[in-house]
This record gives sequence, structure tokens and C-alpha cells, in this order.
Amino acid sequence: MSAEPTPTPDPPAGPVTDAQGDVLRVEHISKRFGAVRALHDVNLHLGQGEVLGLLGDNGAGKSTLIKIICGFQPASSGKIFLEGQEVTFKSVDQARAAGIDCVYQDLALINELTVYHNMFLNRERTRWRLLANRSMKRTAKEQLDRIGVNIPSVDAEVAKLSGGQRQAIAVARAVTSNAKVLLLDEPLAAMGAKEGAMILELVKDLKQQGQVSIIMIMHNYGQALEVCDRINLLQHGEITFDKLVKDTSVQELNDIVIEEYRRALQERQQAS
Amino acid sequence: MSEITERTPQAVSPAGGPSPGSAPSPLGRVLGVLARQREATVFIVAVVLLLYFGIKYNSTFVSQTNLSNLLSETAAPIIVIAIGEVFLLICGEIDLSAGFVFTFAPFLMHYLIDFYGWPAWPAIIVALLFGVVVGWFNGFLTVTMGLPSFITTLGTGFILLGLTLTTSHAYPANIPASTVGIGRWLGAGVWSQFIIAIILTVIFYLVLNRTRWGLYTIATGGNALGAREAGIKTGRIKYGNFMLTSTLGALVGLQTAWYTNTIDPSAGGYQPMFYAVTAAVIGGTAMLGGQGTIIGAFLGGIVLATLINGLNVAGISANPLDIVFGAAILLSMIANVRLARLRAAGRN
Repeated sequence: MSAEPTPTPDPPAGPVTDAQGDVLRVEHISKRFGAVRALHDVNLHLGQGEVLGLLGDNGAGKSTLIKIICGFQPASSGKIFLEGQEVTFKSVDQARAAGIDCVYQDLALINELTVYHNMFLNRERTRWRLLANRSMKRTAKEQLDRIGVNIPSVDAEVAKLSGGQRQAIAVARAVTSNAKVLLLDEPLAAMGAKEGAMILELVKDLKQQGQVSIIMIMHNYGQALEVCDRINLLQHGEITFDKLVKDTSVQELNDIVIEEYRRALQERQQAS
Repeated sequence: MSEITERTPQAVSPAGGPSPGSAPSPLGRVLGVLARQREATVFIVAVVLLLYFGIKYNSTFVSQTNLSNLLSETAAPIIVIAIGEVFLLICGEIDLSAGFVFTFAPFLMHYLIDFYGWPAWPAIIVALLFGVVVGWFNGFLTVTMGLPSFITTLGTGFILLGLTLTTSHAYPANIPASTVGIGRWLGAGVWSQFIIAIILTVIFYLVLNRTRWGLYTIATGGNALGAREAGIKTGRIKYGNFMLTSTLGALVGLQTAWYTNTIDPSAGGYQPMFYAVTAAVIGGTAMLGGQGTIIGAFLGGIVLATLINGLNVAGISANPLDIVFGAAILLSMIANVRLARLRAAGRN
């Protein structure tokens, strides 16, 4: 990344889905934290019912991009279109109301609260200003059953659940809030094969149901290719790669990353 | 007490610690109840203490005068301030200044009525609103300016004390005559304070356990970042709980003035606040954030008041009392931490 690349007005050319079917378009998003350039002119689109894998090195800006799309923090510049309409979100609430929900890396679960209170967090049902616990409990159970998540009891405190169960609760929470676009920030991080398989299964089920379009941040190329329709690669705050899964391979993705390491190594050697 | 927390222990995660299986012995069952019900320990202690003093010093302890002293004069102020402190402790903060709002509020009422000719009700309401303002200021310094609440409220507490002493010249004042009638209902009546403490306990039990505000208070203390990511305005929750605590401090200050029939610059201060925090802690509110119980704080207040009053009735010197309180705080904190681990291990 020695030379400043010329910003391209259009998304990188590639065998991508047609613009009409896009539920989400992100155009020319940049984000600075003081002197640090976290994102530079990022263009990204997400088709209806599509699962997009967002890959990239640590610090490439993946989480920042996700947090901008879901309204947790504002972009320095750029536009977001949801179903063709330009949207600006001042808060997570606004984004959620519009149909964009995010499962953060830390899951945003409250250990001290029950499963169903977590699932309804910030959109609780109330009756005469008191929490309608019974109704929430029933619905939470139905929703978890429907998307096939197995939890011993919706009454359990979240602290008592395993990592995979917690992740599943967080995903279920987002899905059942009627999200059109679901953003998953490393849903498989720090998870064993068995638990990870449970989450991949859940994403596949959601894909089959076709109600929700998903952007997933991932690290494992094998898993990404298994569950995603399309892969975008984020490098140094820019999207540098956009291909359908059927047109790429673990080998190709690996090569890109190895190339990046090689270049970083060369730069270090030149510097010294 | 069984419906208080509605915990189901059967959800055992593989991550849980070693769970000693086998059929539970009676002792094991008791431990199980203690582990599940945060309030159980303090409930048993309260009952045992009341029975002990009630049986041993029957005629004096169970007399109406003594019981009203115990419950209205001693327990109620502790309980009411403890309600606010529980909310603050749950969301990870503390208010050391509540006792000084207690001190100043009745003086403010007195100034407004006797120096500025205000009618009783507006003066009382403004004295309570003063609590809201102090709470807002504590919230501003803590949430917006980012100071630790321990320091914030240490500072505002001193300022309030200085304000009281300066404006009153450190002299007590008489209760304004126009407030005596109202005061009988709110504080001076034999049972007024205790009845109001019960009403507030019930209301704030519901607020903590059955409303969004309570849920968000727990979420703020349990996982502040997570709560914010879920769209909860954690700053607003903290502001609100600071305002609640200071306002309750102001209320107790007015009540105590009516009850003792004098406005005393040496009333309030650190003692009622520390008693309130003690009641909250021995009631089962961990200062670790995310957890707390209003019923426990109520019972904790009863326990403290029973000890204060009981030793007095028994004619035992009050000097060792603080040793007992200190030990009670430490023991209940140890119990809280240990039992929390048992709970986490899903033992039943």
C-alpha cells in the first residue's frame, strides 16, 4: 500500500448480482479516527437473501464497517441505501427499526438476565408499563424452536449457557426482530467445531428461509466458502476483492493473504 | 419469598464447575435454597434476631413504642435510602452524598417557608426537587464528565454539608408550623415512615423486577457495552438512578425532621448513607454490578435496626455495634461471592 490508489466510483467490477436485487448498498464510505484511516471509499452491496462473507486481516476495518452500517457509529463520509432508499442512522435503534440488526463480537448479551429478557432486550413487551414476561417467554420459546435453536430453558440466565448457545441466542434475537439485513461480526470466533457447526447450520437454515440477507465477518476461509454466496475482502480499509463463492477457492483467498504478508515483510526489510 | 427471583437452576452448562451429584442431604437442600434465593440469608438473620430480642426482652422489645422506634425511626430511613443505593450499585455506581441531601433538604424547606414566605406544599416539593437536581449533578459529573461516582459524590457531599452549615450557622431550626399537618402523614406519625418505606419497597421492587427501567439498570451494570449495542441509553439510566437516590435522601431528611420535630444540621451525613449501603450489601446486592435486590435491602435495613435497637433495649453498650456491622458486611459479601459461584455452577 505504498501508492495512494485512485478511488473508483463504482463497486469493483466482478461477477456480481444485479443492482435491482440489492437490499443494501454501501457507497463511498470512509471513516477516520483522528489521523487513522479506518475505511477508505468502501463500496459494498448485498443481494436479497444473499449471504456475503466479509474477510480481511485484523484491523482491516471489518468491524468498523459493520458498526457504521448498523448505526453504532457514523461514517466520516459516504452513503447507505436500504432497498433503494438512502438512510442515515443516528442510533442502533433507528437502524433496527429500519430492519438492520447486528450481532456483535461480544454478543451484547447481558449475563445477569434470562434468555427471553435478552431476546427482547430494548424491545420488551409491556402491559400497563409492567413487563409482559409470560408473553415474552412464550414467544421467545416459539421463535427459538422455529429457527431450530435448542436451549434448556428460556428462563435460564444467559451466564449459564455455553458459547455456542449464547451465539445462537444473539443470532435468534436479531433474526426475530424482523431484520431484513443481519450483520454477524465473527459469529464463529472462539468456538469449537461442534458449536461452530451449530451456528453454520443456523445460518444455512436462515438462508433457506430466505427472509433475511446476511453479512458475516469471518476468518476461516473453509467455513466462509461453505456458507456464503459471495466473498468480499477488506484490506487496509478498502474492498479489494469481490467474487461469487463458485468463482473462487480457499487457494485463491490464501494466496491473496500470503501475498499481503510477503509485501508487509518486504516493506519492513526496506525500512530497516 | 419464593417468587422473588424465579431462578431455574436446571440449566447446567458444560462450562459449569464440578457439581456434587448424589441425593441432596437436608443441609444440602438448605444450601441450595440459600444459593438460589439471594434474600434467603438475610431473611433468616432478620427472623432470628427479631425472635431473639422478642423472646428475651419480651415486654420492652415488643412494646408498641419500641417497635415503632425500631421500624419507623431506625429502619425506615435506612431502607428508603438503600432502595436508591441498590439501583446505583446494580448499575455499578454509588452515592455517598445522599445523607447530605438528607441534611440540607429540611433546611431548604425551612428557608423557603420562614424566610421567603412560601406555602408549605411548594416548599416541600422544591426540597424534594432539590434532591433531583443534586442527583442530576452527580449524574453529570459521573456520566458526562467521566468521574468515578465515589469521588463525585464525595465532593458533592462535602459541598452540601458546607452549604448546610453556612446557611444555618450550624444551628438547628424549628419545623415550620405550616408543615406540621403534612408532616404527620409523611413522617411524624408513629408508623408513617415505616408505612411509606413499605410502599416504596413494593413500588421499587416492581420497578426493578417488572419494568424496562429495572431491566436496563441490570443491563447497564451487567454489560454496559452490550447494553449500549442493544440500543439502551446507559447514561440516562445512571442519571435517573442518581436522581432517584438523592430524591429519596431528601425525602428521608424531611421525614426525620418531622419525626424528631427539629431541623438538625447534625442529622443525616455519612451514617444513614453507610447504613443504607450496608443494608443493601447484607441484603444480597453485590457491588460488582448487574445484581441486586430491593427486598434484600429492606430486610437488611430491618436487621441493622434490630441490632441497633435490640442492643439498646438489652442495655448492652452500643460501642461494639460497629464491630458487628463490619463483620456482617464482610460475611455477607463473602457469602454473596461464594453463593454466586455456586449459582454459576448450577448446583441444586
